[in-house]
Amino acid sequence: MDFLNALVAITNYVIIPATAYGAQLALGALGVTLVYSILRFSNFAHGDTMAFGTGVVILITWGFQAMGISFGPLPTALLALPFGIVITSALMLGTDKVVYQYYRKVKAAPVVMVMVSVGVMFIMNALTRFLIGVDQINFADGARFVINARQWREMTGMSEPLTLRSTQVITVVTAILVVWALFWFLGRTRTGKSMRAFSDNEDLALLSGIDPNRVVAVTWIITGALATIAGTLYGLDKSFKAFTYFQLLLPIFASAIVGGIGNPVGAIAGGFVISFSEVGLTYAWKKVVTYLIPNWEPDGLVQLLSTDYKYAVSFTILILVLIFKPTGLFKGKIV
Amino acid sequence: MSTARQADAAAGGRLRAPLFFALMAGLIVLEGMTSGWNSALGILNMGLLSAIMALGVNMQWGYAGLFNAGAMGFVALGGLAPVLISMPPTPGAFKAGGFGILAAFAVAAIAVIGAVWLYRTLRGKLRGLAVAAVLIVGFFTFRWLFDPAVDAIEAINPSAAGNLGGLGLPTLVSWPVGALLAAGAAWLVGKIALGLRSDYLAIATLGIAEIVVAVLKNEQWLDRGVLNVNGIPRPWPVPYEIDLQNSHAFVTKMQAWGIDPTLGSTITVKLAFLLLFVIVIFALIWLTEMSLRSPWGRMMRAIRDNEVSAAAMGKNVTRRHLQIFVLGSAVIGLAGAMMISLDGQMTPSSYNPLRYTFIVLVMVIVGGSGSNWGSILGGVLIWYVWVKAGDWGPDMMAILASPFPAGPFKEHMIDSAAHMRMLVMGIILLGVLRFSPRGLLPEK
Repeated sequence: MDFLNALVAITNYVIIPATAYGAQLALGALGVTLVYSILRFSNFAHGDTMAFGTGVVILITWGFQAMGISFGPLPTALLALPFGIVITSALMLGTDKVVYQYYRKVKAAPVVMVMVSVGVMFIMNALTRFLIGVDQINFADGARFVINARQWREMTGMSEPLTLRSTQVITVVTAILVVWALFWFLGRTRTGKSMRAFSDNEDLALLSGIDPNRVVAVTWIITGALATIAGTLYGLDKSFKAFTYFQLLLPIFASAIVGGIGNPVGAIAGGFVISFSEVGLTYAWKKVVTYLIPNWEPDGLVQLLSTDYKYAVSFTILILVLIFKPTGLFKGKIV
Repeated sequence: MSTARQADAAAGGRLRAPLFFALMAGLIVLEGMTSGWNSALGILNMGLLSAIMALGVNMQWGYAGLFNAGAMGFVALGGLAPVLISMPPTPGAFKAGGFGILAAFAVAAIAVIGAVWLYRTLRGKLRGLAVAAVLIVGFFTFRWLFDPAVDAIEAINPSAAGNLGGLGLPTLVSWPVGALLAAGAAWLVGKIALGLRSDYLAIATLGIAEIVVAVLKNEQWLDRGVLNVNGIPRPWPVPYEIDLQNSHAFVTKMQAWGIDPTLGSTITVKLAFLLLFVIVIFALIWLTEMSLRSPWGRMMRAIRDNEVSAAAMGKNVTRRHLQIFVLGSAVIGLAGAMMISLDGQMTPSSYNPLRYTFIVLVMVIVGGSGSNWGSILGGVLIWYVWVKAGDWGPDMMAILASPFPAGPFKEHMIDSAAHMRMLVMGIILLGVLRFSPRGLLPEK
């Protein structure tokens, strides 16, 4: 039995990728959950908002690269990120003015708002395609690895390789910073507190003089920022393709609901629940099993589920939560 | 505002529907005169299939206010029926692995039923352990039976078959079976997601649609996956072009009318499909209109307009929602099966959520939520716009891009024109929702 090698293999193939993916999902789910708790509808356009934000970041990254600006060992996209956030948030504010504001005024049912967000989804989808096309794009530059397989072997002398890509480290660090900033904002600032008050009890918040337009505007700005950051990190870590971002909608919604929709802590926990289950169930465990049980070579890959069915994992978890705990792991809202 | 609009609709009500349908017919005739009748009938046939999908979605959204974000899944599931029912069986496939697969599914069903039973009877810590144990043992037994059976089936003549094949029954039989398949899946999803928050259903259906398409893409033993199934037989009265061209009587008749026999044969085939589709549509419209006028229809509308008061009157809202959700999905599945027999092939990678879920929602909204004739009109009209926007986009973009010098920017502009249709759909949907939420043919 070779416990250490098994541990390294699990870390390399499950823990590191799932942590990075979980952080991306958590940021996406935070955006969905924020719109849900303030504006009270499920935003189907969120995946395409992420795609749009990432598309803008990629264009600016290319511009920087053409001008010869680089960020040293870090990807240039991080420099472009603030500009992408500004543009995406501006688009969100514009969309709210042109589209959503009217439905708030007439107090449309949540399900009508969802339908409206489908319309917005089409337009965002078209904008992204106009902007950057439908092809797969790799825009990560800078140092590729923090630890590569050879360094690991020289460092430890172990036969099992371990690699840590810089995009994975960047994802996790950025996600921690963003989440810290968001919670500080929601918990400590006046605007953040008024947002939480608005989410808890709209009528009471209005009575105590909170300006709803300001709350809504700030929500859209934060949503645009979260979507751009989540999309860019996902794109850096894997690659950018507009349709993949649309498909991310399912794991993102699942994360938000598993954690308890409307609850930011829940969105983060949900993101990691979904990512670890998805990666864990679709990983071929053969190597780990061979290390752990000596003198036994399993026939197959010991893969519980083919990677083609990764969305089935999000779905199954979603269904289990809906059956057993519809409020989610942390108490979310039920309307 | 809404009363004014209702009065307006009532005033123009009598003429409104015939006018819009005449306009639609005019557009199709114009298409026939300018681009040929093959293209016009092609658009009309797909438009009518989309209209049937829209009828199904309208039952869910229009009658009951249920948001189905997974119509694609039910279309795809319905499309599986012609493959399983009307294709000839693959020789030896059932013997090689059919029983193994049936046994595997039987084990899975027993495990799930057993787990549910244990969950209901046991209490405390033991319950979690017992349920988990049954499910885990069930899963591994399932894989142990399933994997070798799949390998055996996929090994049979992999270049042409490698799947179970069908039962070799007439294609018309497969249409209701497609509806049944979709209804079964809808029952499962609805049972879980209905009765909770309204948009949970949307998210659950979004998920089931992705999974259905993933299964169709990856399970080669079932439908050859991305290798596609070709040569799915046509439904009963529809002839094959090649038979018509070889038929002396047909060729002489066409020549007597002064029509090229090849062109004549393709148009005859399309007209035959058209006739079938129109019969199905009239049957569906008759059924839905009758049911809407029945006490059941009044109850459904009462539930949609005010769930709380309907529940207070003793109506079981969740059960009625489940009922209408299953019925609507069955209609969508029917359209899916019909579409596969029109295409003659099953290509799982062609199922795209924008095309088969969200455009259908646009059709329903544009036609008028809750209005069956509206769904038909919306189905054909929006499909026409969708197809034509693909043609007009590049032309328009070429004009827009003409002042720019040739170069990467101009190329980019012209390339991106193909995506114009998404923008058009988004603008139509948002425009109708905002300015005419009752649609072109409002519900009476």
